[in-house]
Amino acid sequence: MSSVLYDTPGPRAKVRNLAYTAVFVVLLALAGWWVLSAMGEKNQLEADKWTPFVTDGQIWTTYLIPGLLQTLQAAFLAMLIGLPLGALLGIARLSDHAFVRIPVGAVVEFFRAIPVLILMVFASALFVQSGVDSEIRPLYACVTGLVLYNASVIAEIVRAGVLSLPRGQAEAARALGLRKGQTMTHILLPQAVTVMLPALVSQLVVILKDTALAGALLGFAELMTSIRQISANYSNVIPTLFVVALIYVLLNFALTMFASWLERRLRRAKKGKGGTLPEQRAGEPAGGPAEKDVAGAADAPTS
Amino acid sequence: MFDFLDSGQYDLLGAFWVTVQLTLYSAVGSLIWGTVLAGMRVSPVPLMRAFGTAYVNVVRNIPLTVLIIACSLGLNQTLGFALGGDNFKEIGFRLAVLGLVAYTGTFVCEALRSGINTVPVGQAEAARALGLSFFQVLTLIVLPQAFRAVIAPLANVLIALTKNTTVAAAIGVAEASLLMKEMIENEADALFAVFGVIALGFVLLTLPTGLLLGWVAKRVAVKR
Repeated sequence: MSSVLYDTPGPRAKVRNLAYTAVFVVLLALAGWWVLSAMGEKNQLEADKWTPFVTDGQIWTTYLIPGLLQTLQAAFLAMLIGLPLGALLGIARLSDHAFVRIPVGAVVEFFRAIPVLILMVFASALFVQSGVDSEIRPLYACVTGLVLYNASVIAEIVRAGVLSLPRGQAEAARALGLRKGQTMTHILLPQAVTVMLPALVSQLVVILKDTALAGALLGFAELMTSIRQISANYSNVIPTLFVVALIYVLLNFALTMFASWLERRLRRAKKGKGGTLPEQRAGEPAGGPAEKDVAGAADAPTS
Repeated sequence: MFDFLDSGQYDLLGAFWVTVQLTLYSAVGSLIWGTVLAGMRVSPVPLMRAFGTAYVNVVRNIPLTVLIIACSLGLNQTLGFALGGDNFKEIGFRLAVLGLVAYTGTFVCEALRSGINTVPVGQAEAARALGLSFFQVLTLIVLPQAFRAVIAPLANVLIALTKNTTVAAAIGVAEASLLMKEMIENEADALFAVFGVIALGFVLLTLPTGLLLGWVAKRVAVKR
């Protein structure tokens, strides 16, 4: 898209762009120097504050890896419970029966409007009262909060995915004599998955990031709490922050990469079957509306 | 069951006022920062594009909790930045706003960029044919149309921001979730009432925002 906003640079534009680049480099360098000098002043640049992460294996085996495992465990459990629950709520919200649709809609909207942290704090207090073992309580509270919030978000994603399919799909399924449940599981959901995938994975990233909340406020010993422990032992706050942030970024980046790979694969598999008609411009009803709409809807969130 | 509200021990409105203030300051800051980032990401200068892309991809993938703790533990306690605040309360508030702006700016940037993609190519081409510069094309032609298209996505970002302000409790800013923690510790028998009151406060904050901005988005949408 970016090339739409400007022409291919000519001689004058090239000079101007170079000038902008120079100014920007100076600004970046100034900001970098400012931060580095502040760090140097407080002795955060000294080599022995950074080397423990490479030389001292204990820092990894005692703090970082156990913390990371706890983070992954909480995120994995939340996904494992939240995904089916969310799908169920999403389908229930599409029900033909008002006595199912309306209460489920109210529940979904309620939990979507409340911060996860509030849900976690509530779950934690609830578990204290029901006498859950204090060892395992932070994990339970974290997962409960994450599941309640994310199931309702996933419900909305599923609903939007199913609604984005052309109406003809459900009508054709009904014409073939499929029951409502069969239409959903055999016709609508498989197609909706491709559309939902980008949104679902960005939700997985959200879950992974939100586990840090329980670390900060409920005493859940995950990756982020290791910041305080390590910096207390090695008095290297900035290097620790840097390393922990890097771990989160790599983890989430890998997840996003996997998602875009999966999405490409799913869409290619879809295109492979039942040869598509050549693409038609808007206004022409022909040209495989199903294929086009699904692809179009899948494009929207990624762009 | 709700007598803890009458005891005068808890400043419920005050706590929610801090939440609202956090939201407003961070919203204004992240709107500005996000627009600058979006401008960089679509600019003709490769280095600025690279910086914008790198910033968004890195900061978006760090948990907000880590960012806000980094502001407090790193910037303030280790490096000694106080952002001009005098006391613990003021500094904590400003650090939280800084973290929220750094984080939310990336989402504003991505929303704006997708909004720029909805502007037809012909608009920018016509503007260039009139001899407008990149900066003029962006500020006079493309962004005004893009902003109208992104009100609904930006409303979602604002709602998410309102909910994210609770993270400021991690560095001790006295907003609604910190009050809830305190209330739960003292009023263990009224757990559900406390949860209900705090939840109601957030529903009252987020639901009207969504409805109002959804209505605005429909009104100002560019009809194509």
